[in-house]
Amino acid sequence: MSRLAEFIFRRRGRNGWHWTDIVTWVWLIGGLFIMFGPAVWLVGSSFKSPAALAEFPPTIMPYVTQKATVEGYDKPLDLYEVTLPDGSKKVLAEVRRIGIVSQMVAPEKPTEIVKVNIAERTPVRTMSFATSNYSEPFTHFDFVRYLWNSVFVTVTATVITLIVNSMAAFALSKYEFRGRTFAMLLILATLMVPLSVIMVPLYSIVSALGLFNNLWGVILPTVATPTGVFILRQYMLTIPDELIDAARMDKASEWQIYWRIILPLTAPALAVLAIFSVVWRWNDFLWPLIVLSRKELYTLQVGLSIYSGELNVQWHFILAMTVVTMIPVVLVFIFLQRFITTGIAGTGLK
Amino acid sequence: MGHIKLTNVTKSFGAVDVLHGINLDIKDGELVVFVGPSGCGKSTLLRMIAGLEKPTGGELAIDGKVVNDVPAADRGLAMVFQSYALYPHMSVRQNLAFGLENTRMPKTEIAERIGEAARMLEIEPYLERRPGQLSGGQRQRVAIGRAIVRRPVAFLLDEPLSNLDAELRGSTRAELAALHARLSATMIYVTHDQVEAMTLADRIVVLRAGRIEQIGTPLELYNKPANRFVAGFIGSPHMNFLEGTLEAAGTGSAVATLKGGHRLQVPIADAAAAAGSPITLGVRPQHITLDTGESGIPAKIRLVEALGSETVLHADVAGQKILVVAPGQHDLAPGSEIRLSLAAAPIHLFNDKGLRLERAV
Repeated sequence: MSRLAEFIFRRRGRNGWHWTDIVTWVWLIGGLFIMFGPAVWLVGSSFKSPAALAEFPPTIMPYVTQKATVEGYDKPLDLYEVTLPDGSKKVLAEVRRIGIVSQMVAPEKPTEIVKVNIAERTPVRTMSFATSNYSEPFTHFDFVRYLWNSVFVTVTATVITLIVNSMAAFALSKYEFRGRTFAMLLILATLMVPLSVIMVPLYSIVSALGLFNNLWGVILPTVATPTGVFILRQYMLTIPDELIDAARMDKASEWQIYWRIILPLTAPALAVLAIFSVVWRWNDFLWPLIVLSRKELYTLQVGLSIYSGELNVQWHFILAMTVVTMIPVVLVFIFLQRFITTGIAGTGLK
Repeated sequence: MGHIKLTNVTKSFGAVDVLHGINLDIKDGELVVFVGPSGCGKSTLLRMIAGLEKPTGGELAIDGKVVNDVPAADRGLAMVFQSYALYPHMSVRQNLAFGLENTRMPKTEIAERIGEAARMLEIEPYLERRPGQLSGGQRQRVAIGRAIVRRPVAFLLDEPLSNLDAELRGSTRAELAALHARLSATMIYVTHDQVEAMTLADRIVVLRAGRIEQIGTPLELYNKPANRFVAGFIGSPHMNFLEGTLEAAGTGSAVATLKGGHRLQVPIADAAAAAGSPITLGVRPQHITLDTGESGIPAKIRLVEALGSETVLHADVAGQKILVVAPGQHDLAPGSEIRLSLAAAPIHLFNDKGLRLERAV
C-alpha cells in the first residue's frame, strides 16, 4: 500500500513541486474528468426517474425528493426541511407554491397551512435507483430481439471482415503483381470518403440487391474496410517470405499457405482488427437506421432511437439502454486492451 | 535419380541481368557447392533450380525432364533455407509432417519417416517443442530434417550454416558431410564461405556477377585457378598478386620483372605470352618463405599478427601489399625490412586480362 502511494505521489521535484508536477497533475486529473465524467454521468443518470433527469442543476447520482401522503390531499406531497422563524427545523409537505412563498402543511396536522419563504426550505432527498428504467424496457421493449440482431450483425460482419480483409492483405503483401502499390493506395484512399458521401449510391445498390430490410444489407457493405486491410497488410509484410517459399517447397497450395501459414502467424493483427470490427459494428447507428425500417430487424442502437419520439423523449429509458449496450464493448476493451495497445503501437493507427 | 542439368540458363529482374548463360551438369549423388561473393547470383540460381524463381531463358532439366514450367512443389526437391524458415506456430513434429501431409501420405508412414529422421538427426527430444524454444543448432537440424523426410531427388541448401556460431558451424559442417555420405543424395549447397566450399564439395562452382568463373574439385580450383578471381577467392588468407612485366621468354621458363625492379625466373609454357607483356604473379601466403640472404624480394613489414603456431606478416613490396604466413614465431617489428623468397612457391601466372597462363610442365 505504501509503495502504491509512493508511486502515485512521486514527484520530479525532490523536496518541493517542480512545475512539471503541477502540469502533470492538472493534465491527468482534467483528463480523468473529461474522459470519465460523461460515462459516470451516464451510468448515474440511467438510474434517475424522469423528474430527476429534468432537474436543474443536474446531479451525478440519482436523488429523489421524498414524498408523503397527507390526509386531505389526493397526490403525495413533496417533503421539505424548513427553517422556521424561531430557528427550529421541521419537515413539512408542500401543498402549493405561489411566487416565492410556499404553502406547506405538517404531515401530522394536515389542516394547518404554514407559509414559508422558498429560500427557507430545502428538499428532503434520498438516493434512489430507478431500476424500472432497466426492467421495463426488457418487458415492454423488444430488447432481446434487438440484442440478437446486434449480436448477429456484429459477429457475422466481424468474421467476414477478418476473412475478406486478410485475403486482400495476403495478396497485397505477398504476391508480386503489376499495380500492387496502386491497388493498396486506392484502398487507402477510400479512407478519405466518408459514409455520408456514399450513402445514397450504397443505398441504391443494397436496395437493388434486395437487401433492404435485411440484416445482410447492414453486414455486407461494411465488411471490406481499408483500415483492416492496412493493419493486416503491414503485419503480413513482417512475415518472412522464406516461410512461404518453404511452404511451396512443402507442396502447400496457395490456399494452404494462406490458411495454415499466414493466418496463424497474423493472429495478433487479426485480434486487433476483430476488436475494432466488433466495436464499429456494435456502435453503428446511421447505416442500420437507413437499411432497416421494420422494427423486428432493428439493432440495439437503432432500437434505442424508438425512445426519442417527435414530441417526447424518454431519456430515462435511452440512458439505461445505452448503459446496457455499452457493456459488451467495455468488456471487449477490458479483456483485450493488451492486444489493442500493442496493435495500435504496431500499426501507428488510432 | 537426382541428375540436374542447366543449359544456357539466364535470369533477369526487369532490366537487370542477374545470371548470364549458366551451363552446369550436376551428377546424381554429387555435392556441388555454389560459391561466390554476395550478389553474384548464387542464391538466385539455387532458387531457380528449386522452382521458386522462373528462368528468363535456357533450359533446366531434372533427370532428363525439362522442368522450366514445373512448379516448385512438383520438382521433388527439398530446400534448407538460410533462416531455416521453420513454421513458428507449429511444433517440430508438425513442421516435419507439413510437407508430407500435403502429399496425402498415410499417417503411419508420416510417423515412421519422422521417427527415422529424428533419430538420424538426434532431435527426438524436441519433437513437441516449437521452433522458438530451440537453439540455433537444433533449429538447423530440424530444417534439415524437414528436407530429409521428403526423401527428395536432391537437397538444396542455401547458406545453411551462416546463422551458427563458429564452433557449431565446424561440427555441423562435418555432420552435413557425413549425412551426404549416408544419404548419397544429390546436394547443391550455396555459400559465400570458401572454407565450407573446400571442405564439403565434390565439385565447386565459382560464380561472379552472374557468370560461372570455374567449375572443378576443390583441389583443382586451389592448384589451378582459371583466373585471378578464382585464385583470389579460393584459399585463406587469399592469394597475393604481384604486378610485373615479362622479359624475353626462354624455353620452359622466362624472366619477369616485378614492380620495384626485382627480377625472377618464372615457369611459363612457350608462347603463352609475348615478351614485354604485363603479367601478374599469384602466390599463396603460405608458400612465401623468409629469406635470410640478400637475393630475396625486399619488403617492409606493416603489421605482425602472431598466432603462436604461425605468424601473419602484412608487408609492402614496392607499394604492393603482400601477405606472408610464416610457420612458427618470428621476432619482427613493424617497419623492419625483410627479404622474401618465392623459390619454393608454386607460382600462378595471369595475363593482363586476369586469365591463367599455362605453366611449363
